Amino acid sequence: MTDSPNVHHYGGDLFEGYPVDTANTVGDQAVTNYTINFGPQHPAAHGVLRLVLELDGEIIERVDPHVGLLHRGTEKLIEYKTYLQALPYFDRLDYCSPLGMEHSYVLAIEKLLDLEVPARAQYLRTLFAELTRICNHMLNIGSHVMDVGAMTPNLWVFELREDCLNFFERASGARMHSAYFRPGGVHQDVPERLLYDIGEWCEKRLPKLFGDAMSLVIDNRIFKQRNVDIATVSKEDALAWGFSGPMIRGSGIAWDLRKSQPYDAYASMEFDIPVGTRGDCYDRFMVRVQEVYQSARIILQCLRDMPTGPIASLDRKVVPPKRGEMKQSMESLIHHFKLYTEGFHVPAGEVYVATESPKGEFGVYLVSDGSNKPYRCKIRPTAFSHLQAMDMMSKGHMLADTTAIIGAIDVVFGECDR
Amino acid sequence: MTHAAPLVARRAHIDAELKALLGKDLLVHVHAADEDSITVDREAIAGVMVALRDKMEYQQLMEIAGVDYPDRAERFEVVYHLLSVTKNHRLRVRVSTDEATPVPSIVPVWPVAGWLEREVFDMYGVLFAGNPDLRRILTDYGFQGHPQRKDFPLTGYTELRYSEEDKRVVYEPVKLAQDFRNFDFLSPWEGADYVLPGDEKAGGTGEAPGKGAPTPMTAAEVKKADDQAKAPPPPTPKTTEKPEQTGAGAKANIKAAKTSRDGASAKPATKAAKTPATAKAEKAPAKPRAPRKPKGGDA
Repeated sequence: MTDSPNVHHYGGDLFEGYPVDTANTVGDQAVTNYTINFGPQHPAAHGVLRLVLELDGEIIERVDPHVGLLHRGTEKLIEYKTYLQALPYFDRLDYCSPLGMEHSYVLAIEKLLDLEVPARAQYLRTLFAELTRICNHMLNIGSHVMDVGAMTPNLWVFELREDCLNFFERASGARMHSAYFRPGGVHQDVPERLLYDIGEWCEKRLPKLFGDAMSLVIDNRIFKQRNVDIATVSKEDALAWGFSGPMIRGSGIAWDLRKSQPYDAYASMEFDIPVGTRGDCYDRFMVRVQEVYQSARIILQCLRDMPTGPIASLDRKVVPPKRGEMKQSMESLIHHFKLYTEGFHVPAGEVYVATESPKGEFGVYLVSDGSNKPYRCKIRPTAFSHLQAMDMMSKGHMLADTTAIIGAIDVVFGECDR
Repeated sequence: MTHAAPLVARRAHIDAELKALLGKDLLVHVHAADEDSITVDREAIAGVMVALRDKMEYQQLMEIAGVDYPDRAERFEVVYHLLSVTKNHRLRVRVSTDEATPVPSIVPVWPVAGWLEREVFDMYGVLFAGNPDLRRILTDYGFQGHPQRKDFPLTGYTELRYSEEDKRVVYEPVKLAQDFRNFDFLSPWEGADYVLPGDEKAGGTGEAPGKGAPTPMTAAEVKKADDQAKAPPPPTPKTTEKPEQTGAGAKANIKAAKTSRDGASAKPATKAAKTPATAKAEKAPAKPRAPRKPKGGDA
């Protein structure tokens, strides 16, 4: 064995006789920061997110998210449509929770009109909003666990998501872009059998299959290593960065618009708000898991208490008449024609209505000038604020943690970019 | 109040509290549709926000929205939506500005304002003094203009497509097969103070609302208007007094000159045929017209 300057022999017995190469260890060479581009086409980006990551080795120094790749000018288009024509644009914002998006919009219109909504319509909207929450969380939970390496739970919870989409189809005729919530109520009544099936699903299939899927991950060592203490956000930071929904609850603030500012039938619902204790990715994940059970609880209460009656306001200057009435009544025919061509006029004013969408506070700032089209409709997306905090949350973490952080934000770009 | 929208209890003594806290910076306080909105002095916005956050417990900034009112002297409104999670109350704060005057940034008060201000800048061109990173955010790299302004057309100015020749995406001026159908639903009997399409000839914008349809013109007036509307005659009368004017080409002209009985007119015609341009045109073999390429998709 030759004695070169780069090779020395340890004195201990463990490495005795083994040469150790000390020439090119990390500490000896200055590693310059380098920048990599993540996305916009990346399976873990949950859509078209482009991240410009500045790395020191594998440690993230700075994140610059580039959003807007899915910007379609929704707010501009809405200004050129009547109030009813603009409604389906909301389905296409967060296409994973379409009814949650519609909810804010119809409530904003109703608030400007000061329109009374029948009790059955309120219960139906609450029911389907909660079903949307389950549907959304199934997608997010499934993709989050897949982003950090687990395959099976994703396939199982997608079964449940498929069930939800089938329920939407049976209620509205469309699996995703339902356009089911309308100003004044909902579009049409649901068949009795559907309500029965939803109830049975919430009692039997959901807890069993979801519980099975979650039992694979929530105590899994690898899953915890990838999520616990990743991207910890304090209460103060969560407030300052405009967090909402599971993100703010994950940080330990029990803030839920369904409780604090109840809308539709939420005032009479009984449910708990799960909160996190550490504010990391694991807490956000677990908040969503618990919310699924709470949503099922709300759905069962809706089914139990739902009254019979009209499913939309009977104000014929806003809600079009039934087709059967149109065959008999000239006045109904005129109302139908006027509402589907000119639409209804909304009194001048402005409102900001925010609901607890599955992803957080989804707000609609609606400015009306008294005509049949919104003068301005500003959409407050949830992911916009959360994504902005990417830089704050990822600093000092490893490159591989980015996917866990994005997964826990629950970002959908239809809504973020509008 | 009968609607089903989120219920927020009215905050007690909010008017007095705001007046005491903000003093002369508070311009207007309105309570409408169960919502409180205040208009404040633009230059004082950062201080106002700090006061609202620290003294009145509005911990969260949820949204910054821009609104464009082109008729106003200061055409843009910047609308901040604040939320108090302890008092369970929302407050809307607004300032107004124009294209040139910057609004003080509130990024030092709430870091979330960074992107929200960037969006207002991108969409409306409102400047925020002190925002450390005032780049465009939602529009394309290299986009020009501010699309949410009321004078920006819905279709925009450019469209992009993949060019097979250039092997890249190219930007082109927007071309539409059909205009966007924007119907006017304002009833002419209820205060439309403009000339309806087709009524231009009725002579006058001064139709008072509620007066009914405009009076038809007399027959003489219609005839006079029709005469005026007739297209003027073309500037040069089209005549074929010489063989060259038939448009049959140089070859036919030469032939015509040869057969012409008038010898004097034959000479300039042949001279004209020998100019280089026409000679070249004669030598060029007549190309058969290429068959029309089918347009993409149909093939």
